[in-house]
Amino acid sequence: MKEKRVILDNIGKYTDPASIREYEKHNGYRSLKKALQMKSSEIINEVKISELRGRGGAGFPTGLKWSFSAPLKGEKYLICNADEGEPGTFKDRIIMEKDPHKLLEGIIIASCAIGAATSYIYIRGEYTQSINTLKDAISNAKKEGYIGNNILGSKFSHEIHIKCGAGSYICGDETALINSSEGKRGNPRIKPPFPGISGLWNRPSVVNNVETLSNIPAIILNGGEWYKSIGTKESTGTKIFTVSGMVKKPGYYELPLGVTLRELIFDLAGGMKPNKEFKAVLIGGAAAGAFLGKDALDVRLSYEDLARHNGVLGSGAVLVLDQSMNIYDVLRNIMEFFVHESCGLCIPCRLGNMRLLEIITKITKGQGSPEDCKTLLRIAKMMKETCFCPLGQSPILPISTALSLEE
Amino acid sequence: MKRKSVATDIHSILQRYEQKKEHLILMLHDIQNHNEHHYISESAIHEVSRYLNITHSEIYGVISFYTMLSTKPRGKYIIRVCNSAPCHVMHSEDIIEEIKKTLGIDFGMTTKDGLFTLESTSCLGICDLAPAVMINDEIYGKLTRNEITKILAEKSK
Repeated sequence: MKEKRVILDNIGKYTDPASIREYEKHNGYRSLKKALQMKSSEIINEVKISELRGRGGAGFPTGLKWSFSAPLKGEKYLICNADEGEPGTFKDRIIMEKDPHKLLEGIIIASCAIGAATSYIYIRGEYTQSINTLKDAISNAKKEGYIGNNILGSKFSHEIHIKCGAGSYICGDETALINSSEGKRGNPRIKPPFPGISGLWNRPSVVNNVETLSNIPAIILNGGEWYKSIGTKESTGTKIFTVSGMVKKPGYYELPLGVTLRELIFDLAGGMKPNKEFKAVLIGGAAAGAFLGKDALDVRLSYEDLARHNGVLGSGAVLVLDQSMNIYDVLRNIMEFFVHESCGLCIPCRLGNMRLLEIITKITKGQGSPEDCKTLLRIAKMMKETCFCPLGQSPILPISTALSLEE
Repeated sequence: MKRKSVATDIHSILQRYEQKKEHLILMLHDIQNHNEHHYISESAIHEVSRYLNITHSEIYGVISFYTMLSTKPRGKYIIRVCNSAPCHVMHSEDIIEEIKKTLGIDFGMTTKDGLFTLESTSCLGICDLAPAVMINDEIYGKLTRNEITKILAEKSK
């Protein structure tokens, strides 16, 4: 099993990742030159053909998202969501630190497609190196005329600014991220209106994840059909998986969608550490993810296959657990996380998470009853139905999958 | 006298930014990073409030929302221990126990000499190097009890 690197193809080839010259040597900004010759609708169409879906977790079709905002008149924004807070996930950090121009090129092309003169990259406050590398890359791109007025002699002008978080998981939600970008508390906003219609300062704002945007240069350069030929029928292209836990080689691996969990863990990540026996994975995120056991090892990693097995592709995080670990202990850790990260705005999330944590703590102390498991599911389900934003809607997945694994 | 010098320092930081509320979080980071105790003082909030023409309560609301911002003085070194699941399963509790034992403090506390503050943090995004800790801007991964003790000793010099 070998990696298929579309996004990470330049990783390890540079001495200075912020340098324009080095990026240019590896096809850098060639895609932008091509895009500037295309009509907005042609760029969007190419992305639609590729069937690229958002890589932040929700998996919404990218071309379709762009097409909602592109026809709208007046000031619009592209926002790059670099608030990579889902535990177990570090793909965006790798892109920003090791190939920042790939992301910038994707941002400029996306902005050109939707007609945004300004874009923002919202980076979590803990990622100081990503912030510094991107600042250098932006300043270098400006000097070379890839950012600024009349880019490469075209009619398109664009500026990229960096926004910075300060420690908040909820700001990974696009509407919370927008509030935070305006200098406010990162509480989520009610939807609709969706950000594509009314987002930053109530203007149309397209919010795309770092990995999503980093796919764009290759799609425009090689065509949507080429991208679509990678992966499965419903999950096209590649995905960066970040593997952590009890494997020999934890790290990041870019693979065509559709490889199996077994190939990822036992081939690429080197299998289990010595004297450790595989028990389960927490996939899609080490908080808002799903527990899958041994019988799921041959499930293909794609949106459709994982959905059929009560799993989720999510951010591409894969936390590998061995037989010595107690699933309820991991679940308690997850619930501590949700309690800490709940913004407190809506009651089902604020109180629901606390009740879930209390019950799971009781179970980990050996004082649980079958009735407690039912209560966990009942509360988490109620939260799924009534919480304001994806945070409170998340605990049902790790809880229900943990319970079915431990039955 | 002291109050005046704080105001001048803060003002020179604020002037790097346009007078727009959208820059509030960056300003607060900047103020905190330039304070030797890594916090945002009452007088700093006052200056920001005047500069952006927004209320103290609004600024306080923002500071209290984000875990990295603090209105309480902290140590020279802020130790942020990751306690999310990937570090947890790689035994971050050993590292936490070792730090607490070595420094004699619990989460949210600062050592008497003002050198270290211990905080917990959600995932730092370095899960391939679990268990991990961030000390100010520096990342330390694949930690063992021995290594964290060595790092703390090094910083105490």
